[in-house]
Amino acid sequence: MITKRIIPCLDVKNGRVVKGTNFEGLRDMADPVEMARFYNTAGADELVFYDITASAEGRTLFTDILTRVAREIFIPLTVGGGINTLEDFDRVLKCGADKVSVNSGAIRNPGLIPAAAQKYGDQCVVLSTDVKRVDGRFMVFAKGGRENTGMDALDWIEQGVKNGAGELVINSIDTDGVKDGFDLELLDAVAARVSVPIIASGGAGKKEDFAELFRHKGMDAGLAASIFHTKQVEIRPLKEYLRSCGIEMRL
Amino acid sequence: MIAIIDYGVGNLFSLTSSLAYLGLESKVTGKPQEIEAADRIILPGVGAFGDAMDKLNQTGLVPLIRSQAEKKPLLGICLGMQLLFEKSCEYGEHQGLGFVKGEIASLAEDLPDKTLKVPHIGWNALHIRRQDPLLRYIRDGEYVYYVHSFYGKNCAESTLADSEYGLTVTGVVRSGLVWGTQFHPEKSGDTGLRILKAFGEL
Repeated sequence: MITKRIIPCLDVKNGRVVKGTNFEGLRDMADPVEMARFYNTAGADELVFYDITASAEGRTLFTDILTRVAREIFIPLTVGGGINTLEDFDRVLKCGADKVSVNSGAIRNPGLIPAAAQKYGDQCVVLSTDVKRVDGRFMVFAKGGRENTGMDALDWIEQGVKNGAGELVINSIDTDGVKDGFDLELLDAVAARVSVPIIASGGAGKKEDFAELFRHKGMDAGLAASIFHTKQVEIRPLKEYLRSCGIEMRL
Repeated sequence: MIAIIDYGVGNLFSLTSSLAYLGLESKVTGKPQEIEAADRIILPGVGAFGDAMDKLNQTGLVPLIRSQAEKKPLLGICLGMQLLFEKSCEYGEHQGLGFVKGEIASLAEDLPDKTLKVPHIGWNALHIRRQDPLLRYIRDGEYVYYVHSFYGKNCAESTLADSEYGLTVTGVVRSGLVWGTQFHPEKSGDTGLRILKAFGEL
């Protein structure tokens, strides 16, 4: 049977991984290529790279890094950040990305997901959504979680899947950084509405949080950044622990 | 040199990168003389069967691929493996290259458990059913990366390895000098690299 996946996320700004890192023994602790090598050896099932630069120079640097990673790391690579057009899809796919994650670009241009799914296939299109509770309702937030779009998150996500998103990253702003577990209430609500793979993001602080996540129906992957970067949770021991809990893991 | 057949389908970045990483020289080509000069051939592919087969036929390379496959190892990957079969029922019935006896069928239609997600995407354990030089560097149960909605069936006599996903998914086939993998070795981490390394030594 297919395994559950553990996915480290690397936020890249001006060619460097941002968010706290604490890697001993690496020549450059914030070099994305070094970190990708480290995670590949550590047993990550997939890597997600987010380009959080705004400048053209930063973008060029990012695609250069992506190409370098894709030349030596042969696991699935998902790329997000600044994906607004089919040309952006093309740019990162040519550099070795396997899947492309859209967020604000899909909010600004609702035609982006169907067009990309048509051209590259559903399996290539990942819809990433930042969700926050407002008056007890799940709402879609934009601009890195700063702006309430006024859209109902569950409706938005369901529509995105109908339009051709083959996978979802659900990032809970409410649990992000709290390190007290994934937002299972939100994730269950999403799983009840769609049948594509769900990647949970935001809130993991310890290995038990991942075990709890995978006990919930419809959860395929757990994504985190700083807890992996700081080695608060290490990937191989995490996967061994999850396997000992009866969860299928690639080891 | 490995000739990777160029017929306008799919992104070959990872495949060419993984071969280069292993020190195996390769070239994406549609030129008959380069395919003849190669010591082995890879048939890649993503997308729909009928569309890919049409594109392959349009290159005029099919007779050459057939004659070359009698002399040197050929590896079909993902849709490239499916094209090796006799036929597919993906969006109507289509004839394949016919190297491997069997057919390509829809996972969604055949899965007894309809709650399983299609496409079958992700890491799945590969069970070796028959020892083969292509699998000499991997152990039974290693994980490989699949992305597909259709699968090979009725091909027991050619099956070297398979995976379980509510039914038996054909993972690796062989007929003579023709091999095929449903999964992507170029995306299957170290396990995939060892399969490609073995292909380079066949």
